[in-house]
Amino acid sequence: MTAVIEASGLTKRFGSMTAVDSASFSIEQNTITGLLGRNGAGKTTLMQLLTAQQFATSGSVEILGASPVENAPVLQQVCFIKESQKYPDDFQPRHVFASAPWFFPNWDADFAERLIADFRVPLRRRMKKLSRGQVSSVGVIVGLAARAPITFFDEPYLGLDAVARQVFYDRLLEDYAEHPRTVLLSTHLIDEVSNLLEHVLVIDDGRIIVDEDAETLRGRATTVAGAASAVERFTIGRDVLHTERLGGLATATVSTLSERDRQEAADHGLELAPVSLQQLIIRLTTNPAESTPLATTGSEKRS
Amino acid sequence: MDDSKPIFVQIAERIENDIISGALAEETQVPSTNEFAAFYRINPATAGKGVNLLVDEGILYKKRGIGMFVAEGAQSRLKTTRREQFQREFVRPLVEEAAKLGITLAQLTQMIDKEGSK
Repeated sequence: MTAVIEASGLTKRFGSMTAVDSASFSIEQNTITGLLGRNGAGKTTLMQLLTAQQFATSGSVEILGASPVENAPVLQQVCFIKESQKYPDDFQPRHVFASAPWFFPNWDADFAERLIADFRVPLRRRMKKLSRGQVSSVGVIVGLAARAPITFFDEPYLGLDAVARQVFYDRLLEDYAEHPRTVLLSTHLIDEVSNLLEHVLVIDDGRIIVDEDAETLRGRATTVAGAASAVERFTIGRDVLHTERLGGLATATVSTLSERDRQEAADHGLELAPVSLQQLIIRLTTNPAESTPLATTGSEKRS
Repeated sequence: MDDSKPIFVQIAERIENDIISGALAEETQVPSTNEFAAFYRINPATAGKGVNLLVDEGILYKKRGIGMFVAEGAQSRLKTTRREQFQREFVRPLVEEAAKLGITLAQLTQMIDKEGSK
C-alpha cells in the first residue's frame, strides 16, 4: 500500500478561529475514504488545504509525494467537487462538460453521456436556472467522468433526491471497481455511505478524532441495555460513550467488548446491540453537555 | 447488510447460503468481487475480503485468469459446519430458555414434534 495523500501537523487559522488543528493522517492509494464530521467541523477547509485552494498556517500536505501548492503536475491528477461550485454566468451544463476534458486528461466522454442520462441533466439551460439538485448532479458527473487519480467530493449531493443519490453511489462503486482511484468523500449521510467506505476520518472541532478502517470502526462500540442498576454496575471502569435512562431501564454505549465481557453482560441479563457507524459518530462528536451522564440523570429523575 | 457483524463476514455467509441451497452449484463460477460489490452496494475491497475468507477455507478456489469457482465437496462441508453452529446458536439457547420457563425436556420435545408435524 502506498499513501497518496499525507498531511502532517496541518493547521489552518482564520484570525482567532482554528478551522483545522494539527491534522496528521495519510490516505492509501485506491481506497474510498469518508471524511465525516458535523457542520463547521473543518471538512471543507481540510479539503481546500489538500487541494491547495487554501494555504496552511502551519504543517504540510503531500499529494502523490509532492506539495500541491502551485504544482500543476500534481493538481492535474486531482479533481475537487465542491458543494458550492461557481460557474461563469452564461455557462450551461453542456459548456461544463465540454470544458472538463481541458482540466482532466482521463475524461471519459461516453461515461459522462451515460451519467447525463442517468441524472437527467438538461444540457441547454443556464447553470443559474438549474435547481440545487441539478447543479449538484453536474458536479457529480464531472467528478465521476474525470476519473482523476485523486477525487475529492465535498458534500457532493446537496439537493439530490434519494434516487439520484443511489445512482451516484452505484456509478461510483461500478466505476471505481473498473478504474480504481483514490476517493475522499465528505458527507452527513453516514448511514447511506457507510458500506461504500473502506476507511473513515472523523473531524471534530478541527481535530482528526478517528482515523480507522471502516470495518474496525463498526465493531468499536456496543449498546448495553437492561435494568439501570445492572447497566451501571457493568459500565464501571469501562469507556462509556453515551448513556440514556428511562425509568428503571438504561442503555449505555460502550467501546469494544471481549467475548468474556459479552458473557458477563448476558449473565447479568443485559442485552447487547450493535451500533451503526452513524450512531457511533454521533456519540463521538456530541458535546458532553448535550449527552446525559448516567448517574446525574438517574438522580434527577428520581427526585 | 446489518451492523451485527463485519460486512465481509456477511458477504461470506451469503455466498455460503447460496452454496448450501444449491443456487451456486459445485464447480460453477461465482460472480466476481466487483459484481458482488455492485450487487450488495459495498466497497469492492470489503467484498474481496469476504470472498478471500472462503478461498482460505477451501470453499472457493481461484482459476487463474478465469475467476472464482465453488470447490468440490463445499456443500457438504458447509452443512457440517452449519449443523454444529445450529446446535450452538439455536438448540442451546432454546433449551436454556425452556429451562427458565419451567418447560421440561419431555415437554420441549413434544413441542418440537408438534411444530415438525405441521
